[in-house]
Amino acid sequence: MRNRGKYLLRTLALGYLAAVLLVPVGAVVWRAFGDGAGAVWQAITAPDAVHAFWLSLLIAAIAVPLNTLFGVICAVVLVRHRFPGRRFLDAVIDLPFAISPVVIGLALILVYGQAGWLGSWLAERGIQVIFSLPGMVMATVFVSLPYVVREVVPVLREVGTDQEEAAWTLGAGSLKAFLLVTLPSIRWGVAYGVVLTTARALGEFGAVTIVSGRLAGQTETLTLYVENRFEAFDLTGAYAASLTLAALALLVLLAMTRLQRKEGH
Amino acid sequence: MYLSLIVVLPLTAVVWRSSRDGWGAFWRAATTPQALAALRLTFAVALVVVAVNVVVGTVIAWVLVRDEFPGKRVVNALIDLPFALPTIVAGITLLALYGQSSPVGVNIAYTRAGVCLALAFVTLPFVVRSVQPVLMTIEPDMEEAARCLGAGPFTTFRRILLPTIAPALLAGAALAFARAVGEFGSVVILSGNIPYRTEVASVHVFSLVENDDVGSAAAVSVVLLAISVLVLGLLNVIQRRRTRHAE
Repeated sequence: MRNRGKYLLRTLALGYLAAVLLVPVGAVVWRAFGDGAGAVWQAITAPDAVHAFWLSLLIAAIAVPLNTLFGVICAVVLVRHRFPGRRFLDAVIDLPFAISPVVIGLALILVYGQAGWLGSWLAERGIQVIFSLPGMVMATVFVSLPYVVREVVPVLREVGTDQEEAAWTLGAGSLKAFLLVTLPSIRWGVAYGVVLTTARALGEFGAVTIVSGRLAGQTETLTLYVENRFEAFDLTGAYAASLTLAALALLVLLAMTRLQRKEGH
Repeated sequence: MYLSLIVVLPLTAVVWRSSRDGWGAFWRAATTPQALAALRLTFAVALVVVAVNVVVGTVIAWVLVRDEFPGKRVVNALIDLPFALPTIVAGITLLALYGQSSPVGVNIAYTRAGVCLALAFVTLPFVVRSVQPVLMTIEPDMEEAARCLGAGPFTTFRRILLPTIAPALLAGAALAFARAVGEFGSVVILSGNIPYRTEVASVHVFSLVENDDVGSAAAVSVVLLAISVLVLGLLNVIQRRRTRHAE
């Protein structure tokens, strides 16, 4: 009787996972290769697809280091310092998790767009944010902001301040103590946060759609390219580009599991 | 500074823009029949998906912690797939299997069921990942003791496990709800975005922006923002309770 209950639960859990997750992903792979591997290769290497691929990587390459730097600083400030407004800062950092990406895109347009608060000031200086790279980077930074902070804060709490204080008494300056003592002890937390940030940055769609203007071959990231191909009924193209993204996701997943084991979960 | 330029300032702009034309204009824009239909659908669907997640997510977490079977490690890693996979790819993926030319003969593209499915996909990890670690800290002894004393599996779950995992379950559900309300990429592909029928709030905002109706878009956005803030507040309360319990 007990075993039957156990098997029932196992079947339910695995069946749900299969129906929602596994089989659909398998279906895309199968569909993409429906017209043969040659067609897939052609679709992946189409000029617009290649451009979109590099643009996605470029945006991630800018947004991820920015968020890593900010995330570590912010985590240190949140854990080690007491100041008025700390609770507020703590809450604001989580906002990007809870806000719809579309709202984020709209918010950026209202500030940095032509009719926005800073739009005319920026335009006078010849800086275009919306419908070009800076806006897309900003949108990406916004949506992937909390990951590093949220991964580093608990680690930092757990580590405590003993070792840092020891370093200070031995004459190390704040910076030196941070680089030699704090940073090595939080490195896996940071790494995990970076992996999550990268995944989100590469996969962002909603916010980037709104601020990019979607010019094929110019401001089209790989996710936008997938939608573009889909709307144009070029399913092979959409599936092929999806496969590229799925392959990147798989890499991220592998990195995540390895890091989790390192952290000793 | 970085935070205020990228997060606070733009969000303030949304609130400001929505209230610029006065309270009446805001109210009219946020309660047009189409906006109302979209908001109502968003809520209903998010609630359904969260309910599914609470049940199935707990089961999955339990199976991953208590059960042993070959391939468990792979399954455990797969749970995070929706976090890693871009939402637009999630949409395409589900459409390939459950769309018009479905190889399994299920066509739920452009229906509300399709919206639910898309949201179930992207919110899958939240409940599992927040319940799983708590479940790991509970020794199986307690469950066995309860069973020895004659409790059935359901009573054991309700009296022993549920009280312990409740805060984590609630936190996971809140995160999933926030995500479901705001989700865009996968829904835009799978729902067909038919006004009054399958158009959710985020898609509605998107189409308003596309039509240059920024004022109305800002108004509906503010409603969504308010929900986000509420959910975050709730999470904050739950978390503070949890740490107090831990101490």
